[in-house]
Amino acid sequence: MSTMSLQETAHHEGHADAHGEHHHHETFITKYVFSQDHKTIAKQFLVTGIIWAIIGGLFSVIFRLQLGDPNATYPWLEDLLGHWAKGGKLQPEFYYALVTMHGTILVFFVLTAGLSGTFANFLIPLQIGARDMASPMLNMLSYWFFFLASVIMMSSLFVQTGPASGGWTIYPPLSALGEASSGSKIGMDLWLVSMAMFIVSSLLGGLNYITTILNMRTKGMSMTRMPLTIWSLFFTAVLGVLSFPVLLSGAILLLFDRNLGTSFYLSDIVVAGKILPNEGGSAILFQHLFWFLGHPEVYIILLPAMGMSSEILSVNSRKPIFGYMAMVGSLFAITILAFLVWAHHMFVTGLNPFLGSVFVLLTLLIAVPSAIKVFNWLTTLWRGNIRFTPAMLFAIGFVSLFISGGLTGIFLGNSALDIHLHDTYFVIAHFHIVMGVASFFGMFAGVYHWYPKMFGRYLNNTLAYIHFWITIVGAYLIFWPMHYEGLAGMPRRYYDFSNWESFKMFGGLNEFISLVALIVFAVQILFVINFFYSIWKGRKVTTQNPWEANTLEWTAPIRPGHGNWPGEIPEVHRWPYDYAKDGKDFIPQDVPVGADESKH
Amino acid sequence: MSTTAIPTGTKWWSGGKSPFNVSYGKVMMWYFLMSDAFTFGAFLISYGTIRFSVNHWADPNHVFNAFPFAGHANLPLAFVSLMTFILIFSSVTMVLAVHEGHKMNRKGVEKYMLLTIIGGIAFLSCQAWEWTHLITGDHAVLVNGQIEHWGTTVSKNPWGPEVLFNGKEIATPGPIAFGGYFFGITGFHGFHVFSGVIINIVMYIKTKLGHFDQRGHYEMVEKAGLYWHFVDLVWVFVFLCFYLV
Repeated sequence: MSTMSLQETAHHEGHADAHGEHHHHETFITKYVFSQDHKTIAKQFLVTGIIWAIIGGLFSVIFRLQLGDPNATYPWLEDLLGHWAKGGKLQPEFYYALVTMHGTILVFFVLTAGLSGTFANFLIPLQIGARDMASPMLNMLSYWFFFLASVIMMSSLFVQTGPASGGWTIYPPLSALGEASSGSKIGMDLWLVSMAMFIVSSLLGGLNYITTILNMRTKGMSMTRMPLTIWSLFFTAVLGVLSFPVLLSGAILLLFDRNLGTSFYLSDIVVAGKILPNEGGSAILFQHLFWFLGHPEVYIILLPAMGMSSEILSVNSRKPIFGYMAMVGSLFAITILAFLVWAHHMFVTGLNPFLGSVFVLLTLLIAVPSAIKVFNWLTTLWRGNIRFTPAMLFAIGFVSLFISGGLTGIFLGNSALDIHLHDTYFVIAHFHIVMGVASFFGMFAGVYHWYPKMFGRYLNNTLAYIHFWITIVGAYLIFWPMHYEGLAGMPRRYYDFSNWESFKMFGGLNEFISLVALIVFAVQILFVINFFYSIWKGRKVTTQNPWEANTLEWTAPIRPGHGNWPGEIPEVHRWPYDYAKDGKDFIPQDVPVGADESKH
Repeated sequence: MSTTAIPTGTKWWSGGKSPFNVSYGKVMMWYFLMSDAFTFGAFLISYGTIRFSVNHWADPNHVFNAFPFAGHANLPLAFVSLMTFILIFSSVTMVLAVHEGHKMNRKGVEKYMLLTIIGGIAFLSCQAWEWTHLITGDHAVLVNGQIEHWGTTVSKNPWGPEVLFNGKEIATPGPIAFGGYFFGITGFHGFHVFSGVIINIVMYIKTKLGHFDQRGHYEMVEKAGLYWHFVDLVWVFVFLCFYLV
């Protein structure tokens, strides 16, 4: 079926028009570049995400080198970065640019677009039994807007004054005043324009994910028979569609402040003895607008990882997921609460303390659905017939990291403790574990689990096990000690701690962390090599359902074409978690319910 | 990758029931409108926080009292009422277009779509006049003991508190947030109206070419209608926030 008639049919949804002859005039361009096939678009998101992850990861290695040994010089660094590392020593201005871009890249380009862009696109039609997304055209545009955003953000790395460097949260006045720092010049404008493109991409994608899930499910696939991956991707899309527009508003106002002489965020500022004409604006207003996105963003990153881990834990424990409805309910609760807790990022920016206490309560409430999820994952594993596939290891690693990182969230959600802990390495440790590394583990689990479906080949298992063990041990070795540094008051975003007597004792520890970071980064490169090598040279998948899973994607051919199922779309008769039931190891969703079958 | 052949007559969606019992296109439009409502919500809430954190705000009866070709007559809010009427009337014609679409009456759809497009263009023209009037306005303002003549722009607000100067009441500079928010938000709304006009023109052409008759339904006109009504609804809030309060 050509893409044109696919689109036509999509427009005629509900109308059983007969489409006779279908032609196959796919060129390289329509098949791999401007493709409207959700599976190809998913791979485009994944590969672009991997490229960004390497860049963002490399940035963290470079600034960890600085933090590990502030006095060392690396001649190769000057070759790489030019005048940003004069004499092989990283310049302070560029240090800030590196941490800013590391955050921006990892949060938005890797863990938002790379994660939900990949798996929402890949899994939604396959797991709900649809031929493609509701609107394949908008879906394709979603990727190309992301691509455009990527190009703009990438180009900001090469401008004379450097990329944005006011932190990934781009608080004004640093971000609003061009004269504030070199990174506040053209780099900041490019950042904002890139994010606007990114928001368009996320909107087009999100609208598609929501409507596809609501409207395109196959016969029998009621909402309560959907795999938890689909539920999580649904709530992720809702979060994105409702929170990103607020950042768009904030970014537009910031662009006006920067370029049109308004002062939405600026008031009474003196720069270098010169009084600026701005008045009446509020920098805290920006923080509200930013975090109204920024906090849901954390769950946009985390929920897909939760959903995929739920699925993978159940498949590889050979047991039904424990508490399916409780899992859906807690996802819903997290989605609602995600919109109501943003000001816990602002406890010390001049928030009314009473308002702060409300946000403390709402923040701590998130512990309830989170605990339900953890309990259900652990009970799913409990007495399971566990298969330690690489995907399973990463899913278990996700649960471990979610617990470790979640617990420190209870400290930080408390506005009194936050006075001491805010902007310290404790915060760095918390969010890197709970949403950074944890979501990466969810993503790795997803890649290892669905790689056979994506490319018809397996990843190399030995490399996968090396990847897992070094990454999990490394992640804890990197971020666990940071809690202690943070408790001792060591602030984040500092270029050099060697001048402070109180932080001298952490010199060795910082060196150790940097060393581990280097090793962990190297192992990620190993994963990337495994990923690309296996696309062409990996062991071939010979069976339709290699993991013996119940969900619909495994009823499609090993390498499904555009349209996913060669014949009729399978009809669904049961939920996706009938494992170890009535003496059968697993019963796929498209198997009709037997007459004497017990209820789940 | 092989291309899977799909047999003739295969339905795209062979079952299940949409929870809202509407087509995917409408669901998508509703979610888009929700998303867009958050964009406008963020703008209007920002406006509200700043407006109520400053001591003085321009009196809309003062600022918006002009009418084209009426010279210096003091007609508070008359022009914006006309604008609002035009926009709401265009919503009425849009409803009629959708209604004619349900009846599969192409001529009727064409007629009312054309009226809706004219309404949209009329509104945009009114807005253009209003902006021009504000920006090129000439108001005496007392700045650092000197009298200057200002228009209303994103960085200049001649509508501040009045003081006695040489025995005459004269305005001082007001909070510059006024112009920023006014032009920012009405501009963003105007951009939406502009997009709506483009969409409506596309719908009009598609109707004229008989695309919807071939398709057997006028749902796209209905979706364009949803967007158009939303844009009108947003205007009601903008009107309330900038002109009435």
